[in-house]
Amino acid sequence: MSDKILKKDQAASFLAELAQKRDLHAPALAGGRLVWAPLEPGQEPLWQFNNTALSPKEFFFPQTECMMRFTNAQDHEEGMVMHSEPELARERALVNMRPCDAKAFGVLDLIFCQDEMTDDPYWRDKREKSLIIALACNDPCPTCFCTSMNCGPHSEAGADVLLIDLGDKLLAKGVSDQGEAAIAALPAATDDDLAAAAEAKQMAEAAIITTVEMDQINERGLMELYEAGHWDRTQESCLNCGTCTFCCPTCHCFDIQDETQGPAGRRVRNWDYCMSYLFTLHGSGHNPRGSKKDRVRQRFMHKFKYIPVKRGGEIGCVGCGRCVQLCPVNIDVREVVRDMNA
Amino acid sequence: MDNQAIAQGIREAAQRLLAEGLVDCVLGYEAGTVPMRERPFFAYTPEEALRLTWSGFCCNNLANFLIRRPQGETGKVAVVAQGCVSRNIVGLIKEHQLSREQVHVIGVASPGMLDRDKVQAAVGADKVISAAHEEGDELLVEGPGWQERLERKKVMRDNCYTCVQRNPVIHNELIGEESEPTHGGVIDKVAAPWEKLDPSERLAAFGENYQDCIRCYACRDACPLCYCHVCFVDEAKPQWCGKTQDEADVLTYHLLRAFHCAGRCTDCGACESACPQGIKVRRLTGKIEKDVREFYGYAPGLDEESVPPLSVHKPDDPQGFIK
Repeated sequence: MSDKILKKDQAASFLAELAQKRDLHAPALAGGRLVWAPLEPGQEPLWQFNNTALSPKEFFFPQTECMMRFTNAQDHEEGMVMHSEPELARERALVNMRPCDAKAFGVLDLIFCQDEMTDDPYWRDKREKSLIIALACNDPCPTCFCTSMNCGPHSEAGADVLLIDLGDKLLAKGVSDQGEAAIAALPAATDDDLAAAAEAKQMAEAAIITTVEMDQINERGLMELYEAGHWDRTQESCLNCGTCTFCCPTCHCFDIQDETQGPAGRRVRNWDYCMSYLFTLHGSGHNPRGSKKDRVRQRFMHKFKYIPVKRGGEIGCVGCGRCVQLCPVNIDVREVVRDMNA
Repeated sequence: MDNQAIAQGIREAAQRLLAEGLVDCVLGYEAGTVPMRERPFFAYTPEEALRLTWSGFCCNNLANFLIRRPQGETGKVAVVAQGCVSRNIVGLIKEHQLSREQVHVIGVASPGMLDRDKVQAAVGADKVISAAHEEGDELLVEGPGWQERLERKKVMRDNCYTCVQRNPVIHNELIGEESEPTHGGVIDKVAAPWEKLDPSERLAAFGENYQDCIRCYACRDACPLCYCHVCFVDEAKPQWCGKTQDEADVLTYHLLRAFHCAGRCTDCGACESACPQGIKVRRLTGKIEKDVREFYGYAPGLDEESVPPLSVHKPDDPQGFIK
């Protein structure tokens, strides 16, 4: 894969070229908050920012997604008529996604598209039609711990192109074939550029001030972790709200509902969250995760034990730190992982 | 008294209560792992009580945890309570969720709590804040290679400007002195921004207020009024409220929740402090409480004797709003 150079004053025209066949989106400030927003062709994206308050998973896994529509036409000879929802009409480029978020979608690919029988067409359609241009972090936040989570501030995983800020220019690394094609026309980077990028990477990794270890979690059996003594304290102040789950780039549980009005209806899936009273509530009224402790434990066990065991060592967390910043009672995932690993 | 002295007073009270076996647990705040986010802490031993702290970022309403204790835990609990928290405790006693004997109130006059989103906005939306210290009327905010002093009163939570009673209305002991009961703001002036709008504009303004809602229910779950075992939004048989992000579903949730809080909300602001999206949740409860004040002359939680007006029917109840 190749290393190219994109001058910042030429970025707008580079992106305008991409916009001919794609919708562009990038992080932008709106009302004092950093959000993902459409990027108009010709507009330069932000280069200096931390990360968006919410993850960009909405692009692939909308909070509310219509899966199909149906008409319960009793007088129709075929009975109930079902209509599939249109696929994504136009390809898109997600510009300046942080490496942790790009990595998260690589992890979620393993879950949404596992094999022939488990291959989510809604996720796949949007993933295949999206070019991810990641922007490496040169100034990580104090809540970032990506280097402990199979990721890092300059991680390439899940991205098509990785941009590295070198001041007035960006090093553009092609990561996938699609990404290679997007940067094909850019001039090649020099050895000096590569050296500057390597130095930026080293400095960014050194600037990650918190780390956690997973060695004991990996070593221990599932039931030993499940029955560990710390969960009583871990769950104590939890409100059982959905903040951690909804801001998380890797949380992906959903709930499917059929909504009907008169003879017509739709099937929708909505984000679900393991903290919810309704999560895994059975039709019988029994809930295998009936207490707050059960629900809190589920979230951390899923990320740090069940996913690693089932997905070849991948972790269900990329260390983006959003939940650390947003949890209303400051349950800090780094402390929980340390307790699990203690 | 400064924050350090109050924190020390809270720690000493907690140690004494735990050492003498007068309570099983002291509910207070400890320093969080990120700046401007003190967090609820449950101290069970005198040693654990040393972790208790106090600052203007103690924004969770701890009355919430008095009704969300694990099943089987029924012993006496001590709780650190500012004015609003004490009013919620009174409310819980009136609603028979607690008995006065079950709770030992460690009262602290509220200095007016601070809004981390306002601090962030004041120094710049994208600046990394590594610490924020209160120094008298100022807040010293620090980040990598910079520091800035903000006027404390400019970054207070909205509800603290118009608080009707900053001092604990009930307490078993008081740490520090009582303060001025209010900050001077007049709640009725700001309680209902909707009223200024033409009815035709209200729905749009209302939708805009809640457009960023992600339905995480942090507002509900941080609220000491929301103690239903199963909330109406979680009822499945029948399902009262749609689950989607469609505006009708989002607004139904907020409207119904606000009505359930009518005549009960102390305007503690825990909902807004908890919201990850910075939504002005109080704009709805504010209007309802204003109506309750106007129609019934009642403000929740200020005393232990009065009867909540929406829990009784009187023949002379005002009903001009029934059209």
